[in-house]
Amino acid sequence: MELTREEESALKGEHGETMQMAYRILVATGEATDAEKLIPIEWTHLSGVNYNTIGDAGEEFLSNVSKDARVKVKTTLNPMGFDIDNVSDYDLDENFVSKQLSIKNSYETMGVIPSFSCIPYEIFDIPKNETQVAFAESNAAIHANSYDNLKTNKESAFSALASALTGKSPNSSLRKEDTPNITINMKIKNPNELSYGMLGFFAGKVGNTSVNISGLSNMDNRQQKAMCGGMGTSGTCAKFIFGDGDSDCEKIDFDEKELQNVHDELNTAENGDIITLGSPQLGLEEVTELTQKLKGRSFKKRCMVFTPRTVKVQMQKLGYTNELERAGCEILSDCCTCLTPLINKDNVDVVTTNSIKGAFYLKNSNGVGVNLKSLSQIIKDETK
Amino acid sequence: MNKVLVAGKVSGTVLKSKDSINFLGTVDKKTGIISDKNHDLYDKSLKNSILVFPSGVGSSVGAYTIYSIKSNNVAPIAMVCQKADLTVATGCALANIPLIVISNKEFFSLKDGMKILLDTENSNLILHQ
Repeated sequence: MELTREEESALKGEHGETMQMAYRILVATGEATDAEKLIPIEWTHLSGVNYNTIGDAGEEFLSNVSKDARVKVKTTLNPMGFDIDNVSDYDLDENFVSKQLSIKNSYETMGVIPSFSCIPYEIFDIPKNETQVAFAESNAAIHANSYDNLKTNKESAFSALASALTGKSPNSSLRKEDTPNITINMKIKNPNELSYGMLGFFAGKVGNTSVNISGLSNMDNRQQKAMCGGMGTSGTCAKFIFGDGDSDCEKIDFDEKELQNVHDELNTAENGDIITLGSPQLGLEEVTELTQKLKGRSFKKRCMVFTPRTVKVQMQKLGYTNELERAGCEILSDCCTCLTPLINKDNVDVVTTNSIKGAFYLKNSNGVGVNLKSLSQIIKDETK
Repeated sequence: MNKVLVAGKVSGTVLKSKDSINFLGTVDKKTGIISDKNHDLYDKSLKNSILVFPSGVGSSVGAYTIYSIKSNNVAPIAMVCQKADLTVATGCALANIPLIVISNKEFFSLKDGMKILLDTENSNLILHQ
């Protein structure tokens, strides 16, 4: 990789240890992704916030780094482990709460916007087309590249942090013209968000850095988010290119058999003790629709609804919070189904969800059973 | 094409996985043991191995898992991949775990249990012992 004189001197440690570490990460990342140079970026979105995921090593690392590190560009933040407004309603130990607050404090000290959301593309204004950004959250990177006309690598927690501290990122494949290795033809009739989540999960397994995708009908916001969330969970791929692709590109069908394979991999039980909605978090459009669907109905079991804080504030103003709470929903901001410490296998056996991303992590990290259902099926089966 | 992502020199025993690894969801941070029942390395510890696997997959937060297993002294002493990915590259860069990417042919020639010397200063990168 070609570095400027200033980048070289930072890499040698002449601008302090923090900058040296940041450039070491950028160079390792750039070499891994065939970048020839570093380029300026305008917006960074960081992952590595939930104490459940980064642990003591992450907490200590951030606490040290935040002593002198300050972000150079607009930097937003992924969800953490709980909603400070109602954390006392959940059985979280004091150590978790204090470590999580330390992580929150470290990011705020570095100058990060405390958005605690995995859907930055829905709650912040999207910059002009082709703007270079650095998004670590996998569903957000895929969404940015596929739907928002932005350009990002699928960053890691560290490369995104290094980009926030330097304002630079490697000029890797997804920032340039990328050639997908495969074209997926969507063959499922009348797909819902669950089918699109499974399509994304399948795409992540067969795609390298990007995939062509054909046979899609008009998709709503929920379905687009589900597809991005699914792909981010299973692979390294970070862009959907809509169309048939070149004629010599390998073709593969996503049909009922492939759908069943993904279903069988992630659906491990038939009946949930609780329901979770939101992974990725629900945006305002989705909570509006949920409020309408739940008019005159209420859940027969607990239903956790995950949404960004900015959306929660809007929901309160619009009266949705009262409506959803009446219907038995627990509304949580700042956190998400994915890797939540609020669901524990000691008191929950099976979770019902419409999220493929949520299902993967609930099964593998929380160790609970998962029952997959679309939102309309959940409302049909689980409310009265 | 062979590539050096994080430099270093170690000798040890190959632990080979035919499956990719999602460090966030499937590797226990305290023990370095793979917890996914469907995984090729289910119930095996990564500790002190030269971990040979196709690539990392899944959430980017997995880089912190690599940093954690290193801090907990249960990390591999080196990693060898068929394909580079950002999660593993940055995790290894921060944890200072040597990481190389090798050709398909060399990847398939590495077998579980082999004793090898990995040296990023040597043009052969991998020497069989």
